[in-house]
Amino acid sequence: MPLFRSTREPTDPLVADLTAVLDADRVRADGAQRSLAAHDASVFDGGIAGPVCFPETTEEVQAIMRIAEQHGSAVVPRGAGTGLAGGAIPLGRPVVVSTGRMNKVLSVDTNNRIAWVQPGVINLDLSKKLRPKGFHFAPDPSSQQVCTLGGNVANNSGGPHCLAYGVTDAHVVSLEVVLPDGQVAVLGGAEDETPGLDLRGAFVGSEGTLGIATKIGVRITPNAPAVRTLLLSFATVRDAAQTVSDIIAAGVVPAALEVMDQRMTVAVENYVAAGYPTDAAAVLLAEVEGLEGGVEIDAARIEELGRANSATDVRLAGSEEERAALWKGRKTAFGAVAQIAPDYYLHDTVVPRAQLADILEQIYEITDRHEVTVMNVFHAGDGNLHPLLVFDAREEGTLERVHAAGAEILRASLAAGGVLSGEHGIGVEKQAYMDELFSPADLDHQNRLRQAFDPACRANPGKVLPIGHSCADIQALREMPTGVWG
Amino acid sequence: MSTLTSADRALHEFGALVGADDPIAVEGNRTRWHLGGPLDESARLVKAPTGIVDYQPSEMVVTVRAGTTVAELHETLAAAGQTSALPDRGGTVGGAVAVGENRLDRLGRGSVRDAVLQVRYVSAEGEIVTGGGPVVKNVSGFNLPKLIVGSLGTLGLIGEVVLRTNPIPPVQRWIRVERVDPRDIRDALLRPGAMLWDGTSSWALVEGHEVDVVAEVDKLATLVDIANVDGPPELPPHRWLLSPQGAAHVDTMTDGAFIASIGVGTVWAEEPPEPTEPDPVAGQIAERTKRLFDPSGRLNPGRRAGA
Repeated sequence: MPLFRSTREPTDPLVADLTAVLDADRVRADGAQRSLAAHDASVFDGGIAGPVCFPETTEEVQAIMRIAEQHGSAVVPRGAGTGLAGGAIPLGRPVVVSTGRMNKVLSVDTNNRIAWVQPGVINLDLSKKLRPKGFHFAPDPSSQQVCTLGGNVANNSGGPHCLAYGVTDAHVVSLEVVLPDGQVAVLGGAEDETPGLDLRGAFVGSEGTLGIATKIGVRITPNAPAVRTLLLSFATVRDAAQTVSDIIAAGVVPAALEVMDQRMTVAVENYVAAGYPTDAAAVLLAEVEGLEGGVEIDAARIEELGRANSATDVRLAGSEEERAALWKGRKTAFGAVAQIAPDYYLHDTVVPRAQLADILEQIYEITDRHEVTVMNVFHAGDGNLHPLLVFDAREEGTLERVHAAGAEILRASLAAGGVLSGEHGIGVEKQAYMDELFSPADLDHQNRLRQAFDPACRANPGKVLPIGHSCADIQALREMPTGVWG
Repeated sequence: MSTLTSADRALHEFGALVGADDPIAVEGNRTRWHLGGPLDESARLVKAPTGIVDYQPSEMVVTVRAGTTVAELHETLAAAGQTSALPDRGGTVGGAVAVGENRLDRLGRGSVRDAVLQVRYVSAEGEIVTGGGPVVKNVSGFNLPKLIVGSLGTLGLIGEVVLRTNPIPPVQRWIRVERVDPRDIRDALLRPGAMLWDGTSSWALVEGHEVDVVAEVDKLATLVDIANVDGPPELPPHRWLLSPQGAAHVDTMTDGAFIASIGVGTVWAEEPPEPTEPDPVAGQIAERTKRLFDPSGRLNPGRRAGA
């Protein structure tokens, strides 16, 4: 007995065709479900979705693709909806394909060190399942308790521990994908190199615009026997940023190097009491993994470099509990801001590491000028910034100031030799900025890649490439999603 | 983008040399020239520009022109204690990227595909196209670098790349062990730089801090006899691409000599590999990609990635 009875319009031929293939309760055309699918975790609103489908097999995804094609409908894949760039919001009433019921770990092959999973498997669930076997899945986005592997593939997701291990595309060996015309392609395999073009690599990070991954082969990483987690406090953000550059320059490759500024540590301490000092201008959370002797040497080197940059305190997590608390603080940072203000806008840019201190000063200056509160918590080792603008959208004019400050932060990052996004993707959020990073020829070639997979532009149309550079979207997108920066 | 820097000038001169009309191929040092099928005789041969454009060891990235030899690149990187994932077979950076084959010590140095952060190439239309970005983490738009690595110059002629570099471990030690399942050696080492097997002997590159290398080798020595050796064995000429598990059983697949990369799957063998059947739908996508990137078929005519 389904929890909700669907109230779809029996006259809708698209819904009727979909229902003929899936059980009635796996094609949801009721207003509640379609409204749920209208949002992801971003501030963008695409409007109401078309029917929302819950396939369980590759064949069902193929059937949905073919039916959508017959009806001239676009298709938008959807994982957990934790995306921050609007990549999963529906534009023009597409069929939404939820991977929620494709949530099985199919096999764990320790001989090949590959796990085969369906796209709806939750990131942390996979690592939990691997732990007793001595392995984990290395990419660990902050949303890992809810985000899905399919979403990780679509966004080429990162996470704090990607500094040493690389982001999702370094961990995906093979993809079974359903193309927008309903055909199934297998990209890559258990071999280290696949003959021919690396279509697997091209698919990872394509934000649902090339098809839907229905089976994913991911590398599993052996757990390191020894780990050291250090918390370094600094009187200035610049000292923390310089320490990060010095650690990398010294040839140490920590598993993670995360920086939080004082506003963030105060918020986190009020929220979960992770044990962060609240009087430091910035803290650096550094973790090294490996064998016992080496982590001792690396931890000592990090402490030495921190002290050379005037660290006011260096603390080594003395127990697994203390280490877990420090990481809990880091990973709940975004939850912690809810007590500061009801709304937040989380940015994501990357700059060369040497530019970190300068760009942070610019971010404080820009947000001060726009009278917006900013908090910083970021993957410093990768140069990946996450300025978090907190605000109350009910206050008139606030959202405009938030967007204006955000645009300036993006442009400052580009001017510093950086890029638009390190791990959230372009979605609808940064489309309008793509031509500030890329030339028309660059965007034209990105579009050719898109068309090789999806000649009719039916998979997640209206995303990533700016209007004018994307292939002729089949449906006139009825309206710009609200909140998109013009 | 308004003014041409001297760094860009070499690239634009390369673009002008390539032009937009006639069949054309780029020539490195011909170390893997036979790959992808014979080049059509009509192709005009050009060489890519040379030189290291920018190297910041603390950023762990290097910008290098495609005609530079891997040896020259690695000499510069080694002066700062770093190297890259590119194999040095006497060839060029552009050749190594266009071919996309990984190093023997791939476990330790990573793959070529993961190392190319940005690529600038001359398109079939003679335009300079930039894909990716010059920083270590980037999801801004479609991943053109992944498409170009291993494409054998059939989608664009590589002029310049930005590569991720990695530190050379403080200690690297090759050891050899006889008549032991190589997977047991692999499992006993946390992060070997390479793990090879010829059906009888196993070679491991144990690397890291000296204290860890000594501890790992000592621990292994309590279980098996270990010989210290100068380096890896000579590699037979042909490359087979197997799964890691397949490579561990390659002795059942060939009577000829082989060296298998355990944990990776690549095998170097006396005999040429059996032809593999590519996924037909993936093949269609690859064909469409080629037509969209090179409508007139002028880039490296006669060659096909994966052929």
